[in-house]
Formats: sequence, structure tokens, C-alpha cells
Amino acid sequence: MSYYWQYGTLGALTAVGGAFVVIAFLGNRLMRPRKPRVEKATTYECGMDPVGEGWSNTHIRYYLFAFLFVIFDVESVFLFPWAVQLEKLRPQGTVLVEMIVFIGILAIGLLYAWKKKVLEWVK
Amino acid sequence: MSETIVFLIAGPIALGSALFIIMSKNAVHSALWLILNLMALAVLFVDLDAQFLGVVQFIIYAGAIMVLFLFVIMLLGVTREELLGEAIPIQRVVSGILGVALAGTLVWILLNAYDESAFGSLAGANSAGNVQGLGRLLFSKYIFPFEVTSILLIVAAIGAMILARGRTEEESASEVERHSGEDVRL
Amino acid sequence: MIDGIDVLIMVIKVLVVFGFLLVSVLLTIWAERRIVALMQQRIGPNRVGPFGVLQGLADGIKLFFKEDVTPTNVDRSVYFLAPVAALLPAFLAFAVVPVGRGFHIGHRVITLHLVDLNVGILFFLAMGSLMVYGIVLAGWSSGSTYPLLGAVRSTAQMISYEIGMGLSVVSVVLWSGTLSTSGIVDAQSGTWFGFVPRWFIIPQLPALVMFLLGGLAETNRAPFDLPEAETELVGGYHTEYTGIKFAMFFLAEYLHVITTSALVVTLFLGGWRGPNILPFLGPLLFVGYFLAKLGLVIFLFMWARATIPRIRYDRLMHLGWKVLIPASLVWTMITAAMVVLPQEVNRTTLIVVVGIVFEVALIVWLARLTTTALRRGRLRRGDSHVV
Repeated sequence: MSYYWQYGTLGALTAVGGAFVVIAFLGNRLMRPRKPRVEKATTYECGMDPVGEGWSNTHIRYYLFAFLFVIFDVESVFLFPWAVQLEKLRPQGTVLVEMIVFIGILAIGLLYAWKKKVLEWVK
Repeated sequence: MSETIVFLIAGPIALGSALFIIMSKNAVHSALWLILNLMALAVLFVDLDAQFLGVVQFIIYAGAIMVLFLFVIMLLGVTREELLGEAIPIQRVVSGILGVALAGTLVWILLNAYDESAFGSLAGANSAGNVQGLGRLLFSKYIFPFEVTSILLIVAAIGAMILARGRTEEESASEVERHSGEDVRL
Repeated sequence: MIDGIDVLIMVIKVLVVFGFLLVSVLLTIWAERRIVALMQQRIGPNRVGPFGVLQGLADGIKLFFKEDVTPTNVDRSVYFLAPVAALLPAFLAFAVVPVGRGFHIGHRVITLHLVDLNVGILFFLAMGSLMVYGIVLAGWSSGSTYPLLGAVRSTAQMISYEIGMGLSVVSVVLWSGTLSTSGIVDAQSGTWFGFVPRWFIIPQLPALVMFLLGGLAETNRAPFDLPEAETELVGGYHTEYTGIKFAMFFLAEYLHVITTSALVVTLFLGGWRGPNILPFLGPLLFVGYFLAKLGLVIFLFMWARATIPRIRYDRLMHLGWKVLIPASLVWTMITAAMVVLPQEVNRTTLIVVVGIVFEVALIVWLARLTTTALRRGRLRRGDSHVV
């Protein structure tokens, strides 16, 4: 099957999924009861009146983990073209060494985070 | 033919979403338009036979970097318009100059650096499969930039850790001691 | 050349995949409730249809008739978008899974595979990375504290385990030398000694264990179901959702379980491959093999839910960053070293032996980390604020 056919099929699946969502939402709209009351539309806070605007301080360590995630995600993406070529490039055994150097440098970063207790959730 | 059709669909989506990024008043909405923009670019990459780049665009940009963006927006709570004013006095002028400079550089690159003889034909580069061809080039001809990338990544990681740590542990520890001392006095 | 019949076949395949996923979600929900009930000496749903099979359908229909309450504090467009963003990637990820052997009708080859991309595995991972958005957007747009905290927590969990999962896929790619899912299934054909199937579960057992761990956390399933820890966060990211929008999140969660299990089958359990013992069934037999293996892996997910208590959030991050990521990096390098060994060495035997050693080392390491964490926890009890 041709290249565009493959990706076109993915597009068709997306369209079917989208149609499913639209039909479900429309069906719900037709069948659901509608009895709005002010209390119903308040923010859920276990039956108490809501306090504040629904935004709360989040700890900075979430940001750190997201940052480390980006770095290791980039790393794992580099691993894929290497993984499919490794066996064919075997005569030049240096390809493995090249990747070990790359991962080694990044592993130092993880070790640094580990030693500096960035990875500890509870301080 | 198919290539043109896909371009005619994805191109305007990319442009339109890019416009909405800068026109949205809400930071999260801007981020969402940016995600749509990145997805349209991924489709364009696939359209140009660069499958690996297209999928990586999804994994890295839409899947990782935008999560980081959204995290920052949530952490700061920059959802209202309070931070939309000018924080630095002449930032509009400076950003305008920098924007023109960036656009100029891109145009210059497009006009001068495009040299097909550097990589032969597209079909030749993709003959063993797109990812395979990329892997072969990356781990032979471009091995040095590849290794340097790891240093770039680690520097970024350590920088983020140092910035986010803020106060050192000794400072917080001494603060705890001071507080507990107060408790004893009370 | 592509003609009308090709288009027809594609449309049928898309609709069949779609219908299969919807039906299997309903069956999975029912089976989970029955199996967990059985494990807890209860009966579980048994009223709607034979053995209560139609319970999931009944619940789904019920949600159509529920009022849709949209709180005043929400960001309307994003609030509407979030369930859609949760659902679509889960559907799309299944497209790259081969479900059976292709067959001929006349001179036409029908492959039981929606799309066979040569970056198939990467496409699956890309869709997995988009799964985060449904949760982030739901949490943020609700304009409420519980969903926001649940979403931030759950996102941090998903991204932490995504890397371990991706890295364990790398070792499978190394072993098979291809990124295409059908290529990986083909690489698992044949047998050792005439009866042991050449499935990757044997040479890549550590990768399977790490992939399953990552999969459990990625799908927010017990014991990693912290985003929905009822005692702490009410419903987590979907607290403010009702009616059909809530149903979409529910559907997305189970779809995610099914597609992840399907990938486990494809990567490690030989996909649709099995002995051709009933030749008169033709291609149906192989679809049957695929479904049986899929059911087995989904059962593992349910078993974990019924058996293992929810783990604390700091332990979860600990496991992800200090065990899963380093271990999967080491295992990838071990596999790579095996691949570059000279052809004369019997690399399969070697990797099975190394794999067993690796597994034992991993378990010992995990046990040591857990006990030190416990000891420290006892010393510093009381400061376990989590969010």
C-alpha cells in the first residue's frame, strides 16, 4: 500500500473517532434533562462553599521533573535510529561506543540530580 | 498530487494556528494553538517523506516540551491578563528588532544554504528507509554534533536544577533551627 | 493502483477496528468488575444480560440520559476539548497493531492491520505522549482545586514512566532491527527446539517487566492510580465532569489499557503468531490467538488492581526515576552489546542467562531501596506531605 494511503487511513480513523464524539455529545444533548440551579454549577468542594478561584500553588519540583523528562525524552528519541542501524553497522563496532558516551554524559546528569536530592520527593 | 493536497490542508492550519497563538489573551489557549501548529508541522514533515522527523515532532514538541510549557503556566497561574503588560520598558521595540533579525536569517538560509548536492537525492537518502538512513548518517558523518548534543542537554538539566532549587539546603536547615528555637522560647 | 474496492476495504477495516475497540471496552469493564469481585469473594454485576455481560452497555446508555452540569468557573472551550483530547489518541494508537495473518480474496491481499507504518512503534509512543493532554486540560479548565492537583500529579507520573517505557521498547527494536510493528511480529516467527516459540518474552523478559510497570503507571491503573486517589482528591482530574463527558474519560482510560496490552502482545508475545493447529479455520485462528493473548495481558492488569495496594506518591516517583529509568538504560546497553557480538556467539542463550541475572539484581535492588525507604520513613514519620 502506498505511503499516502497509510497516513490517509490514520486520517480516516481520526475522522471516525471525531464523528463518534460528535454523535455522542449530540445524543446526550437531545436526551438529557436540563434543570439548572445556581448551586449545581458551583465548583465541587465536598459540599462546602468553594474558597478561592480554583487555582492553587504547585510545588516547583513538578517543573524539575518535567524538565528532566524533556531531556530524557530527547535522549530516547536519539536511541531509535541508532537501534535500527546497530546490527548493520556492526563491522564498525564504534557505534556502540558512541552511544555509550552519549548516554554516559546524560547519566552523569541523572546522577547529579540523584546526589543533589532533586529526585527525592519528600525532603 | 497527494503531496499538494496535504500541503494545502496542513499549511493553512499551521499558519492560522500560529496567528491564534499570538492573538489569544489566555496563555493556556495560546499553548493549545501552539500544539495544533506543531501537529500541522508534523503532518508537513510526513508529507515531505521525513517520517521520523514527523513522529519526533509529536513526541518531543507536542508531547514533552508543550507539557513543560503547560506546567509552567499552571505553576505560575498565568491565566489572567495581569502579566500581559510590558514588564521591561522597551521590550516591544527590542523584540521587534530581534524578530526582524530572525526572519532575515531564515530567509538568508533558505536562499543560500539550500544545496541539494550535499545529500544527493531525497529518494537516495531514503532508499534504506527514512529512520535507517538517518541513523547511518547521524552515527558516521554527524557523530560529533550528536555527542555535543548530550553536553548541551546536561548543561540545560543542571541549570534547571540549580535555578529551581533556589535556596541551598543549609539555609533552609538553619531557618528550621531558628523556628524551632523560637518554639522552645515560647 | 487504488480502486473503489480498496477504499471499501479500508472503510470496513476502520469501522471494524472502531467497533472492536468499543465492544472490547464494554467487555473489559464487565470482566474487570466480575474478576475483581471474584477475587474479593463477591458476586459482581450479574443482572443485565447473561452473567451481567451487558452491564457496561447499560451504564453507558444511562450516562446519555444524565444531566450535563457545567460549573460556572470552567474555561468552556478547553473544558469541552479535554475529553476529546483524551479519547482520540487512545483510538489512533491501536491502528499500528497487527491483529492477524493476511489472506487472499481472489488476487487481492487483505492484511489484518490497519496501517503498517515503518515508524509504527514510534507512532504508538507519540500517541501515548499525547494522552497526557486530556488530563492536563481537564484539570486546568475545571477551575477547581482538586482536579488541578490531580492533573498535575498525574501528568508528572505519566511523563516519569513514559521514558522507562520508551527505553524498554528500544531494546526490542535493537533485538528485531525494525521499527515496524509487523516487522517485529515477523521477527518472532518460528520455534526453538521445535516447540518453544521464538517470542521476545524469552530473550527480552526484563524489557517486558519494565514495559508492564511503565504501562500500569501510564494508564493510571492500580497500584499507580494516584490521580484518582478518592481519599485525597475526590475524582482527580475529572471531578467536575458529568454525563457523557465523564463517559469519554472512562472510555479513554479503558481504551488506553486495551491498546497498551495489544502492544505488549505485539512486542513480547509474538503478536498473532501461534501453531496452526486448526487449518480449516484459516486466518480466524490467528485472530483468535491474538485475542486470547490480549485477554491474558488485560487480565494481568486486573489482577494487579485486585492484589497490590496503591503506592504512595514519593515511592512512585522514586520507582520511576531511580529504578525504572536506570535499569532500562542498563538493559538497553546490555542488549546492544549482545547485538554487536560476532555472529558465531549464540547470542540468544547468552541474553537469556544475562536476563535472568539482571532480573534477580533488579529485584534485590528494588527490595533494598524499599527497605531503606521504609527505615527512613519510620525515623521521619509525620512529614509525608505529598502535593
